[in-house]
Amino acid sequence: MKFNFRRLIRAPHVTNGTLRNSFDRRTIVVGGIQGGIGCLLAARMTYLSVFENEKYKLKAESNRVNLSLIPPRRGWILDRHGQPLASNRADFRVDVIPERMSDPERTIAELGKLLSLTPIAMQDLQDKLDRSHGFAPVEVASRLDWERFASVSVRLPDLPGVVTQRGYSRFYPTGPSVGHLIGYVGAASAEEYEKDHDPVLLTPGYKLGKDALEKFYEKDLRGTPGARRVEVTASGRIVRDLDTREDVPGKTIKTTIDAAIQDYAARRIGPESAAVVVMDCQTGDVLAMASMPSFDPNSFSDGIGRLEWKMLSDDDHVPLRNKVLRGLYPPGSTVKPMVALSFMEAGLDPNESVFCGGGLRVGNRVFHCWQRRGHGQVNMAKGIYQSCDVYFYHFAQRIGMDPIAAMAKRLGLGQEFPLPVAGQSYGTVPSPAWKLKKYDKQWQTFDTVNATIGQGYFLVNPLQQAIQASRIASGRIIMPRLIHGHEHEKQASLGVPEEHLAYIRQAMSDVANGPGSAPHARLPFPDIKLAGKTGTAQVVGLNVGNGKGGLWKHRDHGHFICFAPADNPRYACSVVVEHGGGSGAAYPIARDVLTYIFDKEKGMEVLTELETKWGGTAKERLDARFRAYSAQYGVGAPKVSPEEERRKLQGADQPDDPRQPISEAQSPAPEPADEADRPAPAPSPTATPATSPGAGGSPQ
Amino acid sequence: MSRSIVPEAISRQPWQMIIPLCGLVGLGAAVLYSAAGGSLQPYALSHVVRFCVFLVMAMVIARMSRNLFRMAAYPIYGAILILLVLVELIGAVGGGSQRWLNLGFMSLQPSELMKPAIVLVLARFYETLPHAMTASWRGLVPAGVLIGVPALFVLIQPDLGTATAVCFGGVVTMFLAGLPLWWFLGAGGAMMVIAPIAFFTLLHDYQRNRVLVFMDPEGDPLGTGYHITQSKIAIGSGGIFGKGFGNGTQSHLQYLPEPHTDFVFATMSEEWGLMGGLFVLFVFTVVIGWGMGVARRAPDRFSSLLAAGMTATMFFYVMINLMMVMGLAPVVGIPLPFMSHGGTSMLTNMICLGTIMAVNRWNQGRGSLG
Repeated sequence: MKFNFRRLIRAPHVTNGTLRNSFDRRTIVVGGIQGGIGCLLAARMTYLSVFENEKYKLKAESNRVNLSLIPPRRGWILDRHGQPLASNRADFRVDVIPERMSDPERTIAELGKLLSLTPIAMQDLQDKLDRSHGFAPVEVASRLDWERFASVSVRLPDLPGVVTQRGYSRFYPTGPSVGHLIGYVGAASAEEYEKDHDPVLLTPGYKLGKDALEKFYEKDLRGTPGARRVEVTASGRIVRDLDTREDVPGKTIKTTIDAAIQDYAARRIGPESAAVVVMDCQTGDVLAMASMPSFDPNSFSDGIGRLEWKMLSDDDHVPLRNKVLRGLYPPGSTVKPMVALSFMEAGLDPNESVFCGGGLRVGNRVFHCWQRRGHGQVNMAKGIYQSCDVYFYHFAQRIGMDPIAAMAKRLGLGQEFPLPVAGQSYGTVPSPAWKLKKYDKQWQTFDTVNATIGQGYFLVNPLQQAIQASRIASGRIIMPRLIHGHEHEKQASLGVPEEHLAYIRQAMSDVANGPGSAPHARLPFPDIKLAGKTGTAQVVGLNVGNGKGGLWKHRDHGHFICFAPADNPRYACSVVVEHGGGSGAAYPIARDVLTYIFDKEKGMEVLTELETKWGGTAKERLDARFRAYSAQYGVGAPKVSPEEERRKLQGADQPDDPRQPISEAQSPAPEPADEADRPAPAPSPTATPATSPGAGGSPQ
Repeated sequence: MSRSIVPEAISRQPWQMIIPLCGLVGLGAAVLYSAAGGSLQPYALSHVVRFCVFLVMAMVIARMSRNLFRMAAYPIYGAILILLVLVELIGAVGGGSQRWLNLGFMSLQPSELMKPAIVLVLARFYETLPHAMTASWRGLVPAGVLIGVPALFVLIQPDLGTATAVCFGGVVTMFLAGLPLWWFLGAGGAMMVIAPIAFFTLLHDYQRNRVLVFMDPEGDPLGTGYHITQSKIAIGSGGIFGKGFGNGTQSHLQYLPEPHTDFVFATMSEEWGLMGGLFVLFVFTVVIGWGMGVARRAPDRFSSLLAAGMTATMFFYVMINLMMVMGLAPVVGIPLPFMSHGGTSMLTNMICLGTIMAVNRWNQGRGSLG
């Protein structure tokens, strides 16, 4: 090298000889470099294949073998006769795994075309993608027909991140009827995955329970995922199966529900906002627990779309609240049999009577009977079947609140029950001690007066009312049960003398079958009698509305509790119709449900006729409503933020503060003395005139 | 050697090089057979047939006289240059880049032919250049133009790999022709300055990307880095003795890109392991070493530059391809001589080989003298 430099500086004389010389030297340099590169290559190759062999072997293997979890088939939920309330059906589905998509926009557009998704579905899909967390699969479509499924399957190599699957999806045969009872399933959210790191949650197609039974029994229903090891090509095409481990389906849950009664009850509610509970009053088995309006759990499983969301939140009937467990209502006159029992236990002779002239002065105020004309001479039985308020005003003052509150709790009011549900609002049984603690105020006589007719601070849920009816009917401490298989457990006696119960049952039977307040509640059978009690609970004071007409939100709640057959009780039922305008809205539902239990054909006849009037079954009406919404709003529905959705769903989930009246419209003014300008204080159901438009007279 | 039994035309062939080469082609055919999923079609059979045809062609080239080579040098170079221009024109008319010239019965890639042609024309140039001018500008500028013009045409196709190959063959020939060393050092230094600038201004996006990915293949495991990563997995997972013939998963399950052309070495390594790889290296060492030996033994300037330049061209193929599949160089579309499936590269390499064989024959003719 040095030599060359010198030659350059000296402007060397180049000859053939020097060139030959330089050629020889330079070929040695070139050859040396070539040899060096050869050695480098050999060393590199040795390094890769000997020293890094293990690492690359593993990588080649993980390239070649694809382990995929097979989502386990979810356990079925059966009714007491083995009929499925929730089952699985085979379906074809398409998911995307967002972080594996190379060009999400193009892929999604392509999928939209292949699957012919509507603009609304595309919008919902986009919302889900925006909210997704990369690793978790997002459902594009399920329940596909073979053609559409195949059209995606064959294009998989061009659609990275797209997963097609033949699997199972949850199916609820009766749809909205079981929405609140069973709950629904959905893909795991990031939070749910945080709590439970089961890898099956990330399997495309796996859904976990989001509400009610589905959520409560999640662990049992889940089962064990299967796994499949397959050899795949780079483009994801499966070459062959290496081995497969079958999934273990989740456990079957058999409930005490009777699917037919549940469906009937839900459908019979019709367009009302109502709850119906039917129980076996000998065993405590819950046969039906319907809250309407509801949602279709089938359409919830792929997430709640914007339009669906708008539809549900626009509805003032609160379809997301399970009214059976989370709805709290002043029970109205349905507490009267219970109050009468406490009177008898306190030693009141049932034949002792009081004159009802349409009202009673308590302190400086007159509490009216609903029947302004008065009931004349009223004993206990008449007090119940005619629902005379004055009778209870009068004797409650003598007996006092504490025995009444104790009896209310014995019969299940204000209690929480050990049920596999997501939450119960247990309400309030007011008592002097409670009021002192809660409001730091002394109990007043008018508080007792209010409470005896189920107003004031009294708040119960429909399940408690059904239990109350069951306990009166059976005389035992009936506990509600949702899970089948405990029939042998005989419940202990209430400790209420049988003759007291017989007296009350007879009076309740007279409500429907005798000279009572609800003659139209009579069952259409000569030999089966229904015993019941009506109730009308005011939600606003009379200065706002009369409770019958006007704003829906201002109308009275309608209640009815009953059991049948009256002489040998088997079934107990409670009905609450929110803002139904009085008990006249409630007892026809109870009557028809019981009719259906005893005679399916007769019951169905009534329902079919009603449903023609309403425009189809609950599911048909829900679907029609959705169609109307999609025609009206299209993709214009506002986006629902995940926080808002969570808040609303949990809002419906969590019980209202049980110590607070359910709404601002809750009528009974706890301090009537302060409202001197109001002659007829809210607590007394003064506004049930005989001219009420309610069906079947104006029962109270 | 039993010179009396075997005809001279055969016995004079450089068998010490041809026999290992046949072994290499045989291994290549086996790999292609496996890459086709255990079938002679479409790769293995045509590979062997082509080799046989081109080997005969090489032997025919080897029969040609030195004067013929000398006389043909400029015309051949000129003809190929015209073809290159033609490709550009057709490409411009047809829209988009084009490397192929469709002759009807076959498609010709003139840029490939330019690789041996540049060596030939430079050897001829330096033979005719008066020795005294070697170190002057007259030894540099015409040669630079001879290399630069075709390289430019190839570059705008765009085909960076072939352009580099053309330049490499030419520059090595210039180096061996005795041009002052500091020119090369200076040019090397200048390159180090210009390269980063060119990298950010001249290269196409995809080319720049390839270089970036080469620096950090794991940074983009599913994009461009995929090729390098998968190739390394194939070589590394083969181990010392390989997974066995026909058992390569990387190639068979299509994780390896181009398992029969650019990445054929990775395909081979996966099934034959380090032993197969060392065999391939051994054969190339024999062939390249033989070529350099021929060049060193060549008596005159033209033949020695010709043989050395041709050897360098072949070496360039081997080096770049192997470095690429082992993750030592960016992905450039350069096949592995004698193993990759593909007619044009086989043709180019056999022209190089035939030329070296010709020089070898001339050496033997002279052998009696020296």
